[in-house]
Amino acid sequence: MSKFRKDDGKELPPISTASLPDIVFMLLFFFMVSTTMREVTLKVKMRIPEATELSKLEKKSLVSYIYIGEPLPAFQKTFGKAPRIQLNDQFAAVDEVQDFIIAEREARDEAEQPFMVTSLKIDENTRMSIVGDVKQELRKSAALNINYSSRKKAER
Amino acid sequence: MAKKIPEIPAASLADIAFMLLIFFLVTTTMDVDSGLRRKLPQWAPDQEQNDDQQINERNVFVVLVNKNNDLLVEGDYEQIENLRERAKEFMANPYNAENLPEKEPMEIPYFGEQMVTKGVISLRNDLDTQYGTYLAVQNELVAAINELRDELAKQKFGKAYVDLDGDQQDAIKKIYPSRISEAEPKGKI
Repeated sequence: MSKFRKDDGKELPPISTASLPDIVFMLLFFFMVSTTMREVTLKVKMRIPEATELSKLEKKSLVSYIYIGEPLPAFQKTFGKAPRIQLNDQFAAVDEVQDFIIAEREARDEAEQPFMVTSLKIDENTRMSIVGDVKQELRKSAALNINYSSRKKAER
Repeated sequence: MAKKIPEIPAASLADIAFMLLIFFLVTTTMDVDSGLRRKLPQWAPDQEQNDDQQINERNVFVVLVNKNNDLLVEGDYEQIENLRERAKEFMANPYNAENLPEKEPMEIPYFGEQMVTKGVISLRNDLDTQYGTYLAVQNELVAAINELRDELAKQKFGKAYVDLDGDQQDAIKKIYPSRISEAEPKGKI
Protein backbone atom coordinates (compact mmCIF):
# COMPACT_ATOMS: atom_id res chain seq x y z
CA MET A 1 0.00 0.00 0.00
CA SER A 2 2.98 2.20 0.48
CA LYS A 3 4.29 3.94 -2.56
CA PHE A 4 7.90 3.27 -1.72
CA ARG A 5 7.95 -0.52 -1.59
CA LYS A 6 7.22 -1.33 -5.15
CA ASP A 7 9.98 -3.86 -5.75
CA ASP A 8 9.18 -5.98 -2.80
CA GLY A 9 9.61 -9.63 -3.54
CA LYS A 10 11.31 -9.19 -6.86
CA GLU A 11 14.83 -10.65 -7.37
CA LEU A 12 17.78 -8.73 -8.69
CA PRO A 13 18.28 -9.39 -12.38
CA PRO A 14 21.52 -11.37 -13.08
CA ILE A 15 24.48 -9.35 -14.26
CA SER A 16 24.83 -9.65 -17.97
CA THR A 17 27.99 -11.49 -19.02
CA ALA A 18 27.56 -10.72 -22.66
CA SER A 19 30.49 -8.28 -22.61
CA LEU A 20 32.86 -10.67 -20.85
CA PRO A 21 34.17 -12.22 -24.08
CA ASP A 22 34.89 -8.75 -25.42
CA ILE A 23 36.89 -7.85 -22.34
CA VAL A 24 38.85 -11.07 -22.48
CA PHE A 25 39.53 -10.65 -26.16
CA MET A 26 40.84 -7.19 -25.48
CA LEU A 27 43.26 -8.60 -22.92
CA LEU A 28 44.22 -11.32 -25.35
CA PHE A 29 45.05 -8.87 -28.10
CA PHE A 30 47.06 -6.76 -25.70
CA PHE A 31 49.22 -9.72 -24.77
CA MET A 32 49.54 -10.90 -28.34
CA VAL A 33 50.84 -7.53 -29.42
CA SER A 34 53.11 -6.68 -26.52
CA THR A 35 54.88 -9.99 -26.04
CA THR A 36 57.08 -12.13 -28.18
CA MET A 37 57.07 -15.87 -28.68
CA ARG A 38 59.67 -17.86 -26.88
CA GLU A 39 61.79 -19.29 -29.61
CA VAL A 40 64.05 -21.70 -27.86
CA THR A 41 63.86 -23.75 -24.73
CA LEU A 42 66.72 -22.70 -22.56
CA LYS A 43 69.00 -25.48 -21.50
CA VAL A 44 71.45 -23.32 -19.60
CA LYS A 45 71.10 -21.24 -16.47
CA MET A 46 71.79 -17.57 -16.92
CA ARG A 47 71.96 -14.55 -14.74
CA ILE A 48 72.43 -11.69 -17.12
CA PRO A 49 74.80 -8.98 -15.82
CA GLU A 50 73.71 -5.40 -15.23
CA ALA A 51 74.77 -2.37 -17.23
CA THR A 52 73.75 1.23 -17.76
CA GLU A 53 74.65 2.02 -21.37
CA LEU A 54 71.97 -0.09 -22.96
CA SER A 55 70.55 0.05 -26.42
CA LYS A 56 67.52 -1.86 -27.50
CA LEU A 57 67.57 -4.54 -30.13
CA GLU A 58 65.25 -3.07 -32.68
CA LYS A 59 64.55 -5.67 -35.28
CA LYS A 60 63.93 -9.02 -33.69
CA SER A 61 64.11 -10.79 -37.04
CA LEU A 62 67.73 -9.75 -37.51
CA VAL A 63 68.95 -11.00 -34.17
CA SER A 64 70.52 -14.37 -33.57
CA TYR A 65 71.12 -15.54 -30.05
CA ILE A 66 74.00 -17.37 -28.45
CA TYR A 67 73.52 -18.56 -24.89
CA ILE A 68 76.35 -19.46 -22.58
CA GLY A 69 75.96 -20.73 -19.05
CA GLU A 70 75.87 -23.66 -16.70
CA PRO A 71 73.57 -26.47 -17.93
CA LEU A 72 70.26 -26.79 -16.13
CA PRO A 73 70.14 -29.44 -13.39
CA ALA A 74 68.28 -31.83 -15.66
CA PHE A 75 71.21 -31.87 -18.09
CA GLN A 76 74.02 -31.85 -15.59
CA LYS A 77 74.23 -35.65 -15.50
CA THR A 78 75.19 -35.83 -19.14
CA PHE A 79 76.87 -32.49 -19.69
CA GLY A 80 78.46 -31.66 -16.36
CA LYS A 81 78.49 -28.32 -14.59
CA ALA A 82 80.99 -26.45 -16.72
CA PRO A 83 79.50 -23.54 -18.73
CA ARG A 84 78.40 -24.53 -22.19
CA ILE A 85 77.25 -22.87 -25.36
CA GLN A 86 73.69 -23.28 -26.52
CA LEU A 87 72.76 -22.57 -30.13
CA ASN A 88 69.11 -22.92 -31.07
CA ASP A 89 67.85 -25.84 -29.01
CA GLN A 90 71.07 -27.72 -28.53
CA PHE A 91 74.34 -27.61 -26.72
CA ALA A 92 77.14 -26.88 -29.14
CA ALA A 93 80.90 -26.79 -29.30
CA VAL A 94 82.85 -23.63 -30.03
CA ASP A 95 83.59 -24.60 -33.62
CA GLU A 96 79.90 -24.95 -34.39
CA VAL A 97 79.41 -21.21 -33.92
CA GLN A 98 80.63 -20.46 -37.44
CA ASP A 99 78.17 -22.90 -39.00
CA PHE A 100 75.41 -21.43 -36.89
CA ILE A 101 76.18 -17.89 -38.03
CA ILE A 102 76.33 -18.96 -41.65
CA ALA A 103 73.00 -20.77 -41.32
CA GLU A 104 71.46 -17.71 -39.68
CA ARG A 105 72.79 -15.52 -42.45
CA GLU A 106 71.44 -17.79 -45.17
CA ALA A 107 68.00 -17.52 -43.64
CA ARG A 108 67.89 -13.72 -44.07
CA ASP A 109 67.47 -11.50 -47.09
CA GLU A 110 70.67 -10.44 -48.71
CA ALA A 111 69.82 -6.78 -48.21
CA GLU A 112 69.37 -7.28 -44.50
CA GLN A 113 72.49 -9.28 -43.86
CA PRO A 114 74.77 -6.34 -43.00
CA PHE A 115 72.42 -5.31 -40.21
CA MET A 116 72.39 -8.64 -38.45
CA VAL A 117 73.23 -8.59 -34.78
CA THR A 118 74.38 -11.42 -32.60
CA SER A 119 73.08 -11.18 -29.08
CA LEU A 120 75.28 -12.86 -26.51
CA LYS A 121 73.33 -13.96 -23.47
CA ILE A 122 75.99 -15.00 -21.04
CA ASP A 123 75.86 -15.84 -17.37
CA GLU A 124 77.82 -13.33 -15.33
CA ASN A 125 79.89 -16.02 -13.60
CA THR A 126 81.20 -17.48 -16.84
CA ARG A 127 84.95 -17.32 -17.34
CA MET A 128 86.19 -15.17 -20.18
CA SER A 129 88.05 -18.01 -21.92
CA ILE A 130 84.87 -19.46 -23.42
CA VAL A 131 83.53 -15.98 -24.21
CA GLY A 132 86.80 -15.09 -25.90
CA ASP A 133 86.65 -18.25 -28.01
CA VAL A 134 83.13 -17.44 -29.14
CA LYS A 135 84.19 -13.88 -30.00
CA GLN A 136 87.07 -15.18 -32.11
CA GLU A 137 84.66 -17.47 -33.97
CA LEU A 138 82.31 -14.55 -34.55
CA ARG A 139 85.15 -12.49 -35.94
CA LYS A 140 86.15 -15.35 -38.23
CA SER A 141 82.62 -15.57 -39.59
CA ALA A 142 82.48 -11.76 -39.95
CA ALA A 143 79.52 -11.34 -37.59
CA LEU A 144 80.93 -8.17 -36.11
CA ASN A 145 77.82 -6.55 -34.70
CA ILE A 146 77.35 -7.97 -31.25
CA ASN A 147 75.24 -7.08 -28.30
CA TYR A 148 76.16 -8.15 -24.81
CA SER A 149 72.74 -8.78 -23.40
CA SER A 150 72.31 -7.09 -20.05
CA ARG A 151 69.70 -5.81 -17.68
CA LYS A 152 69.10 -2.21 -16.74
CA LYS A 153 70.96 -1.28 -13.62
CA ALA A 154 68.88 0.45 -10.99
CA GLU A 155 69.93 4.07 -10.57
CA ARG A 156 71.59 4.81 -7.30
CA MET B 1 6.68 -17.82 -42.27
CA ALA B 2 10.07 -19.48 -41.97
CA LYS B 3 10.97 -20.96 -38.67
CA LYS B 4 13.26 -18.75 -36.64
CA ILE B 5 16.74 -20.18 -36.11
CA PRO B 6 17.51 -20.31 -32.40
CA GLU B 7 20.31 -18.01 -31.33
CA ILE B 8 23.75 -19.59 -30.82
CA PRO B 9 24.63 -19.47 -27.14
CA ALA B 10 27.56 -17.14 -26.54
CA ALA B 11 28.18 -18.11 -22.94
CA SER B 12 31.15 -20.32 -23.75
CA LEU B 13 32.84 -17.67 -25.83
CA ALA B 14 34.40 -16.19 -22.73
CA ASP B 15 35.85 -19.56 -21.76
CA ILE B 16 37.37 -20.04 -25.18
CA ALA B 17 38.89 -16.58 -25.10
CA PHE B 18 40.27 -17.20 -21.62
CA MET B 19 41.91 -20.38 -22.82
CA LEU B 20 43.57 -18.53 -25.68
CA LEU B 21 44.66 -15.79 -23.30
CA ILE B 22 46.27 -18.26 -20.93
CA PHE B 23 48.01 -20.01 -23.80
CA PHE B 24 49.58 -16.73 -24.89
CA LEU B 25 50.53 -15.79 -21.36
CA VAL B 26 52.43 -19.04 -20.98
CA THR B 27 54.19 -19.22 -24.32
CA THR B 28 55.35 -15.65 -24.72
CA THR B 29 57.80 -13.45 -22.91
CA MET B 30 57.52 -9.80 -22.25
CA ASP B 31 61.14 -8.81 -21.74
CA VAL B 32 62.56 -6.34 -24.18
CA ASP B 33 65.97 -7.42 -25.29
CA SER B 34 68.54 -4.80 -24.57
CA GLY B 35 72.23 -4.86 -24.15
CA LEU B 36 75.58 -3.24 -24.60
CA ARG B 37 76.24 -2.79 -28.29
CA ARG B 38 79.82 -3.36 -29.42
CA LYS B 39 81.55 -3.91 -32.70
CA LEU B 40 84.21 -6.56 -33.03
CA PRO B 41 87.32 -5.81 -35.07
CA GLN B 42 87.82 -7.46 -38.44
CA TRP B 43 89.37 -10.87 -38.32
CA ALA B 44 93.03 -10.67 -39.28
CA PRO B 45 94.65 -14.03 -39.91
CA ASP B 46 98.08 -12.87 -38.85
CA GLN B 47 98.38 -10.93 -35.66
CA GLU B 48 101.32 -8.92 -37.00
CA GLN B 49 99.38 -5.94 -38.24
CA ASN B 50 99.13 -4.24 -34.88
CA ASP B 51 102.85 -3.78 -34.68
CA ASP B 52 103.40 -1.61 -37.72
CA GLN B 53 101.42 1.32 -36.39
CA GLN B 54 103.43 2.54 -33.50
CA ILE B 55 101.29 4.11 -30.82
CA ASN B 56 102.90 6.46 -28.40
CA GLU B 57 102.70 5.23 -24.86
CA ARG B 58 100.99 8.32 -23.51
CA ASN B 59 98.18 7.77 -26.00
CA VAL B 60 97.20 4.39 -24.60
CA PHE B 61 94.96 3.94 -21.62
CA VAL B 62 95.74 0.44 -20.42
CA VAL B 63 93.10 -1.43 -18.48
CA LEU B 64 93.96 -4.91 -17.28
CA VAL B 65 91.56 -7.24 -15.51
CA ASN B 66 93.08 -10.24 -13.81
CA LYS B 67 91.58 -13.57 -12.82
CA ASN B 68 90.54 -12.28 -9.40
CA ASN B 69 88.58 -9.52 -11.12
CA ASP B 70 91.00 -6.82 -9.94
CA LEU B 71 91.61 -3.83 -12.13
CA LEU B 72 94.96 -2.39 -13.09
CA VAL B 73 94.56 0.98 -14.76
CA GLU B 74 97.68 2.66 -16.19
CA GLY B 75 99.86 0.71 -13.83
CA ASP B 76 98.03 1.05 -10.53
CA TYR B 77 95.17 -0.70 -8.79
CA GLU B 78 91.83 0.94 -9.30
CA GLN B 79 88.28 0.41 -8.17
CA ILE B 80 85.67 -0.05 -10.84
CA GLU B 81 83.72 2.96 -9.53
CA ASN B 82 86.61 5.29 -10.38
CA LEU B 83 87.21 3.88 -13.84
CA ARG B 84 84.68 6.11 -15.55
CA GLU B 85 86.27 9.31 -14.21
CA ARG B 86 89.75 8.14 -15.15
CA ALA B 87 88.66 7.24 -18.66
CA LYS B 88 86.90 10.58 -19.11
CA GLU B 89 89.93 12.50 -17.94
CA PHE B 90 92.07 10.50 -20.32
CA MET B 91 89.89 11.02 -23.36
CA ALA B 92 89.20 14.70 -22.71
CA ASN B 93 92.63 15.79 -21.41
CA PRO B 94 91.25 19.24 -20.58
CA TYR B 95 94.56 20.86 -19.52
CA ASN B 96 96.74 19.25 -22.20
CA ALA B 97 98.75 17.44 -19.57
CA GLU B 98 102.04 15.85 -20.58
CA ASN B 99 101.14 12.33 -19.53
CA LEU B 100 97.72 12.30 -21.16
CA PRO B 101 97.20 11.73 -24.88
CA GLU B 102 98.30 14.07 -27.62
CA LYS B 103 95.82 15.98 -29.69
CA GLU B 104 95.86 16.85 -33.32
CA PRO B 105 93.93 19.58 -35.12
CA MET B 106 91.13 18.39 -37.34
CA GLU B 107 88.52 20.13 -39.46
CA ILE B 108 85.08 19.19 -38.18
CA PRO B 109 81.68 20.42 -39.38
CA TYR B 110 79.85 22.69 -36.88
CA PHE B 111 83.01 23.05 -34.80
CA GLY B 112 85.61 24.31 -37.23
CA GLU B 113 89.15 23.39 -36.37
CA GLN B 114 89.18 21.36 -33.24
CA MET B 115 91.84 19.52 -31.29
CA VAL B 116 91.02 15.85 -31.38
CA THR B 117 92.53 13.36 -29.01
CA LYS B 118 94.66 10.51 -30.26
CA GLY B 119 93.89 8.42 -27.21
CA VAL B 120 93.13 4.73 -27.41
CA ILE B 121 91.69 2.63 -24.63
CA SER B 122 93.22 -0.79 -24.49
CA LEU B 123 91.40 -3.47 -22.54
CA ARG B 124 92.90 -6.82 -21.75
CA ASN B 125 91.47 -9.55 -19.62
CA ASP B 126 92.65 -12.82 -18.20
CA LEU B 127 91.21 -16.10 -19.42
CA ASP B 128 89.75 -16.63 -15.97
CA THR B 129 88.17 -13.20 -15.59
CA GLN B 130 84.48 -13.35 -14.85
CA TYR B 131 82.21 -12.20 -17.63
CA GLY B 132 80.27 -10.01 -15.20
CA THR B 133 83.36 -7.99 -14.35
CA TYR B 134 84.41 -7.77 -17.97
CA LEU B 135 81.03 -6.39 -18.94
CA ALA B 136 81.06 -3.93 -16.05
CA VAL B 137 84.44 -2.60 -17.24
CA GLN B 138 83.20 -2.35 -20.82
CA ASN B 139 80.13 -0.57 -19.58
CA GLU B 140 82.18 2.01 -17.66
CA LEU B 141 84.40 2.70 -20.66
CA VAL B 142 81.45 3.10 -22.99
CA ALA B 143 79.74 5.26 -20.38
CA ALA B 144 82.79 7.52 -20.16
CA ILE B 145 82.73 8.21 -23.89
CA ASN B 146 78.96 8.63 -23.90
CA GLU B 147 79.16 11.14 -21.06
CA LEU B 148 81.83 13.16 -22.82
CA ARG B 149 79.75 13.24 -25.98
CA ASP B 150 76.70 14.23 -24.03
CA GLU B 151 78.52 17.06 -22.28
CA LEU B 152 79.84 18.39 -25.56
CA ALA B 153 76.41 18.14 -27.17
CA LYS B 154 74.84 20.10 -24.31
CA GLN B 155 77.54 22.74 -24.46
CA LYS B 156 77.44 23.19 -28.23
CA PHE B 157 73.85 22.49 -29.23
CA GLY B 158 72.04 22.69 -25.90
CA LYS B 159 70.57 19.25 -26.41
CA ALA B 160 71.34 15.74 -25.28
CA TYR B 161 73.48 13.70 -27.66
CA VAL B 162 70.68 11.28 -28.49
CA ASP B 163 68.40 14.14 -29.56
CA LEU B 164 70.83 15.52 -32.15
CA ASP B 165 70.43 14.78 -35.82
CA GLY B 166 72.76 12.47 -37.72
CA ASP B 167 75.28 15.07 -38.92
CA GLN B 168 75.69 16.64 -35.51
CA GLN B 169 76.15 13.22 -33.93
CA ASP B 170 78.80 12.37 -36.51
CA ALA B 171 80.66 15.59 -35.75
CA ILE B 172 80.72 14.82 -32.06
CA LYS B 173 81.71 11.24 -32.76
CA LYS B 174 84.75 12.59 -34.59
CA ILE B 175 85.81 14.65 -31.60
CA TYR B 176 85.32 11.82 -29.13
CA PRO B 177 85.85 8.64 -31.11
CA SER B 178 85.00 5.38 -29.45
CA ARG B 179 88.37 3.71 -29.60
CA ILE B 180 88.29 0.73 -27.32
CA SER B 181 90.61 -1.97 -28.48
CA GLU B 182 90.68 -5.40 -26.98
CA ALA B 183 93.90 -7.32 -26.99
CA GLU B 184 93.94 -11.08 -27.16
CA PRO B 185 93.51 -12.45 -23.69
CA LYS B 186 96.53 -14.08 -22.19
CA GLY B 187 96.71 -16.78 -19.59
CA LYS B 188 98.57 -14.68 -17.09
CA ILE B 189 98.74 -10.97 -16.62
